[in-house]
Amino acid sequence: MARLNTRAPVLTVAALYFLVPIAASLWFTIDDTDGISFEAYTKGLGSEGLITSLTLSVGIGLATVVLGLLLMVPTMVAVALRLPKLRRTVETLCMMPLVVPPIALVAGVTSVLAWQQDLAATPLYGTFQALINPDFPLILVIVYTVMSLPFLYRSLDAGLRAVDLRVLVEASRSLGASRVQSLWQVVAPNLRQAVMGGAVLSLAMVLGEYSVASVLGFRPFAVWMVEAGDSEAQLSVAAAMLSLLFTWGLLLLLTALAGGRTRTSRTPRTSRTPRTQRKTS
Amino acid sequence: MTVPVQLKQLRREFGSTTALSGLDLDIAAGELVALLGPSGCGKTTALRIIAGFESADSGELLMDGQDVTDVPAHRRDIGMVFQSYSLFPNMTAAENVSYGLRVRGASAAERTSRAHELLELVGLPGREGAYPHQLSGGQQQRVALARALAVRPKVLLLDEPLSALDAKVRLNLREEIRRIQLELGITTVFVTHDQEEALSMADRVAVMKDGRLEQCAAPSELYDRPATPFVAEFVGTMNRLPAVMSDGSTVELLGRRLPAHGEREFAAGTAVDVLLRPEGLAVAGPDAEGEPATVRVATFLGPTTRLLLTTESGTAVKADLPSRDAGALAPGSRCTIRPHDKSVLVAEVESEQT
Repeated sequence: MARLNTRAPVLTVAALYFLVPIAASLWFTIDDTDGISFEAYTKGLGSEGLITSLTLSVGIGLATVVLGLLLMVPTMVAVALRLPKLRRTVETLCMMPLVVPPIALVAGVTSVLAWQQDLAATPLYGTFQALINPDFPLILVIVYTVMSLPFLYRSLDAGLRAVDLRVLVEASRSLGASRVQSLWQVVAPNLRQAVMGGAVLSLAMVLGEYSVASVLGFRPFAVWMVEAGDSEAQLSVAAAMLSLLFTWGLLLLLTALAGGRTRTSRTPRTSRTPRTQRKTS
Repeated sequence: MTVPVQLKQLRREFGSTTALSGLDLDIAAGELVALLGPSGCGKTTALRIIAGFESADSGELLMDGQDVTDVPAHRRDIGMVFQSYSLFPNMTAAENVSYGLRVRGASAAERTSRAHELLELVGLPGREGAYPHQLSGGQQQRVALARALAVRPKVLLLDEPLSALDAKVRLNLREEIRRIQLELGITTVFVTHDQEEALSMADRVAVMKDGRLEQCAAPSELYDRPATPFVAEFVGTMNRLPAVMSDGSTVELLGRRLPAHGEREFAAGTAVDVLLRPEGLAVAGPDAEGEPATVRVATFLGPTTRLLLTTESGTAVKADLPSRDAGALAPGSRCTIRPHDKSVLVAEVESEQT
C-alpha cells in the first residue's frame, strides 16, 4: 500500500513536468487578441519550407536507422556468438558519442569537409559533393549514425542479454539448421523488439537534432523551426506542436510494428498479475 | 534407427587447460550412457564434441561405424536437450517441436501431426499453442525433449537437462526421459554431475576425471565394485579407514583380516586406506566381537539409520543399519563395529591436506 501512496505524487509531478510546457505552448499558439484562433496551424501547414524540411528530416532519420542497424546488428550478434571478449571494446566505442559533444564532432567534420578544395582535381571531389548535397546531405546520415550508436548499442545489448543466443543457435544447429537459417529464423525474430527499440530512439534523436545540422548549414526540420521562430514565433511553436504529434505517431507506428508475434520470456505475465490484484483489492 | 557411437582417443585443450586427454568410450546402439563427474572433468566437452559444437584436437568420433569427426553439427542427425531449456521464445510449443522438420522442408501437415504426436509422447497434449514463457520449467524441458526427438535423430544428447528444475519435477521427468528413451530405443548420452540421476537412469555410467574415463560400468557394478578410489568416493558414500596390509592380498582392518583388491599391489606391512561403504559395516552391542566405538550422531533416513561413530583410535566412521535395529544406539552409547567378510578396496593413504 505504501508503494501506491508514493507512486501517485511522483507520477503527478512527472506528468506536470511534461504536460505544463506542452499546454503552455498550445495556449501560446491558439491565443489571439480576439479569443481563440487556429490560424498559426493553418498557416503553418501551408508555410514554405515545412514540408521540404520535414521530408528531409524523415529521410535522413530513416537512412540513419538503416545504416546504424546494418552496422550494429551484425557486430553485436557476432560479438555475442563468437567474440565475447570484444564486448567491452565494442561497448566503449559505442558509448564514445555520449562523451564527445556534438559540437566537437561537427568541428572535426567541418575540417574534413574543408579538404574539398584541395581535392578538386581528383575523383574524390564527387564524393564530397554527394556528402554535402543540400537535397540529401549524406554527411548528416554519417554523423547521426555515429551519434545514434549509444542508443542502438544499449537497446540491442538488452535484447541480447534477454535470450541466450548462443544456446538458441546451438539448438537450431543441432536440429539441422544451417548458419544462415539459424540467424534468420532464430536470431532475427528474437532481436526484433530490440532492433525496433533502437530504431525508435535513433529516429527520435535525428528528428529533433539541431546543432549539427545548423552548424553544417543544412535545413532539416529542427533548423527550419528555429529559423521560422525568428520571424513568426507563433508559427514556430505551432510547428513544434505538430512535430511532436508527428513524432509520437511515428513512434507508435514503429512500436506497433515491433509488437506483433514477437514475445520474449523476460517478463512472464504472471509477475504482473499480483500487482494489479493488489490495486483492485 | 538406432546406432552405436564410439569415441576414440579424443583430446581437447582450451589454452593451458586440458578438457579431454584421450577419452575412449564405446556406446552400444540403443544404450543410455551417463557421463558423470565433477565439474571440469570434461564431460560437457565430450558431449559437445559428439554434438559437433566443439571439435577435438585429435581422436575420432564414429557414429554407426562412420567417422563423423569433421561433419558439421547440422548434418549429424542428433537431437540435443540443453540445461537452460533453450526453446525459441518467438515460437509456440508446436512450432518449436516442428522446427527441425521445417528446416528439412517438411509439409505443414506433416509438421502439425508430428508436433501433436510428440507433445503427446512427452505428456503435454493440447499445449501446441503455448509460448515458452507460458510454460513451467519442467514443461519447457518436455517441449525441448519433444523438439529433439521430432527429427528422429540417430543419437540423443542430454546436457544436464534436469539440473535447473525443482527436486520433484526432476524426479518425475527423469523417469519420463528413461521411459521415452526405452520406448524409442534411441542411443542416448546424458551428462550429469548428479550421481543419483546417473545411477537411476543409465544402462551404464561413465565416471570421468581430468578428461579421462575412470570407469564405465553398470550402476550396480560401479557401486559395488568401483575400479578406482576416485570412483569409490565419488559415487555414493564411502568411509576411508586406516588399515595395514597383512600380505600382498589381505589387509588388517578394525581387527579383522580381509581379502584386498585395488589399483596396485602393496607390500606386507604397508599402511593403506580401505574404502568401505557405510553398509559394509556391522554394528552391534558393546559386548559383541569387534572394534569398540562410540555413537556420535544418528540420522534417521527412513528404512535405514546412518550412524556417525568414533573408534577408540579416533577414526570417524559412517555405518548404515536398518532403522529397526538402531533404537538402542542413541548418541553417546557404546557399541562395536566389524567389517563384513568381503573383499575390500585398498588405496594409498591420503595426505592430510586433501
